[in-house]
Amino acid sequence: MYSEKVMDHFSNPRNVGEIEDANAVGEVGNPQCGDIMKIYMKINEETNIIEDVKFKTFGCGAAIATSSMATELVKGKSVDEAMQMTNKAVVEALDGLPPVKLHCSVLAEEAVQSAIFNYYENRGMTPPEGLKCSGCCGSCHHHHHEEEE
Amino acid sequence: MEKRIYVDNAATTKTDSRVLEAMLPYFAEVYGNPSSIYAEGRAAKAAVETARAQVATAIGAEAGEIYFTGSGSEADNWAIRSAAKALKDKGNHIITTAVEHHAVLHTCQSLEKEGFEVTYLPVDAFGRVSVDAVKNAIKDTTILITVMFANNEIGTIMPIAEIGALAKEKGILFHTDAVQAIGMVPINVKEMHIDMLSLTGHKFHGPKGSGALYVRKGVKLTSFITGGAQEKNRRAGTENVAGIVGLGKAIELATEDIPKKAAYLTKLRDTYIQKMLDTVPYAQLNGHPEERLPGNANISFSFIEGEGLLLFLDMKGISASSGSACTSGSLDPSHVLLAIGRKHEEAHGSLRVSFDTENTLEDVDTIVTAVAEIVERLRSMSPLYETFLKEQK
Repeated sequence: MYSEKVMDHFSNPRNVGEIEDANAVGEVGNPQCGDIMKIYMKINEETNIIEDVKFKTFGCGAAIATSSMATELVKGKSVDEAMQMTNKAVVEALDGLPPVKLHCSVLAEEAVQSAIFNYYENRGMTPPEGLKCSGCCGSCHHHHHEEEE
Repeated sequence: MEKRIYVDNAATTKTDSRVLEAMLPYFAEVYGNPSSIYAEGRAAKAAVETARAQVATAIGAEAGEIYFTGSGSEADNWAIRSAAKALKDKGNHIITTAVEHHAVLHTCQSLEKEGFEVTYLPVDAFGRVSVDAVKNAIKDTTILITVMFANNEIGTIMPIAEIGALAKEKGILFHTDAVQAIGMVPINVKEMHIDMLSLTGHKFHGPKGSGALYVRKGVKLTSFITGGAQEKNRRAGTENVAGIVGLGKAIELATEDIPKKAAYLTKLRDTYIQKMLDTVPYAQLNGHPEERLPGNANISFSFIEGEGLLLFLDMKGISASSGSACTSGSLDPSHVLLAIGRKHEEAHGSLRVSFDTENTLEDVDTIVTAVAEIVERLRSMSPLYETFLKEQK
């Protein structure tokens, strides 16, 4: 049911862990729903480049694989570029996800946005318009911006 | 195929070679329609009736009380809908439990939309419903009590004989979904005062697509599928002759020495539970420690999600099951684990293994080692575990 890419990122996830001196941390999801993603970023405050990114995820195979892929997609990118990363891009990079698992890719997108939101907050700046998530999502059945394939 | 360890026998079992052998002639040799009057038809009919007698003997019923179905779910649907339809002038209240299989729960929910009232009784921390709770739920309008014999997820065995006696005393129809219990627990429908019982062959080494419903003589059973005279006009459609033959043979084999089989499975189960709880921290057993199916062990591991555990186990050649939402196609974890008081995150991280006599103590060790390693790995990437460890400090 999972593509080879998903299985690869699930069984050998990239960028697992924490960053001690992270200047951007985002956490989305909740234990009730069965998935939580926490993303740590080390962003260069002069260049706005995401120099390092790590994640920890509680969730199914797809949740771990989408976290892994999302961190790969934003690593080395500028904050502006990372903000543009959609759940669809994560799904495509993983060669697709089963329809019932699409919400995991939404969570990955939200985790990245949530970390960036935190980055601006930490610096006392107003986060840019259009950032979708600031660590929200109280309900398992409520997933915004979900894109059906 | 590489050597694999299959411990998902509550999902389905391997067809026994003796069952398969008994079925084979009924595809290309004895292929007649049991409703036909000539030799080929009579031979097929005789085979169906032999199987009916085998099923009846296995549960202490009479052959005329057995109706073949296509699955256990069908038998559940039929029993509950038939009772509701036949007794609707007497009342509209049905009593069941919160931990039934969805074949029962969804049927009850559907009847609620048709005007029936359903009481879903809670269970205790081990998953057992109390006989007093059933007794207190009975009203003048109660027409049916349906309680599963043993739970498919956590293996807890319900006090069926006591509920049967209560139902008989109160004159209320009593149905039990015995899909998981057949061949694992001795069952006698007369002694236990069971009016209707559902079963399916593939849970005890019979073929998939074979099920049966026992209905006590004297209980009105309405037609489920119209269109032919099969199953006494109650379920039209040409019989699945080979499947029925397989079901008959399988139930005969499954019930011939239950104590011996149960003793072996109980040893595997208890060894597994003990070793797992000793090896893996923050793990807890789901279900009753003793009043449980001999082959069933269900353990929740905190801070992890079950699907990842199953996928890694699969890579190691081990097939098991989980109550995690992600393996069920919905976003909600097991209703059974929530009903026994597990928190959502604990319910998401459950692992059910269901042993068969082909499994060994060596398999138990292999599984425990594999699970311990995988749980540690998943915890190392879990933000819940990270938070927990920080709070411990």
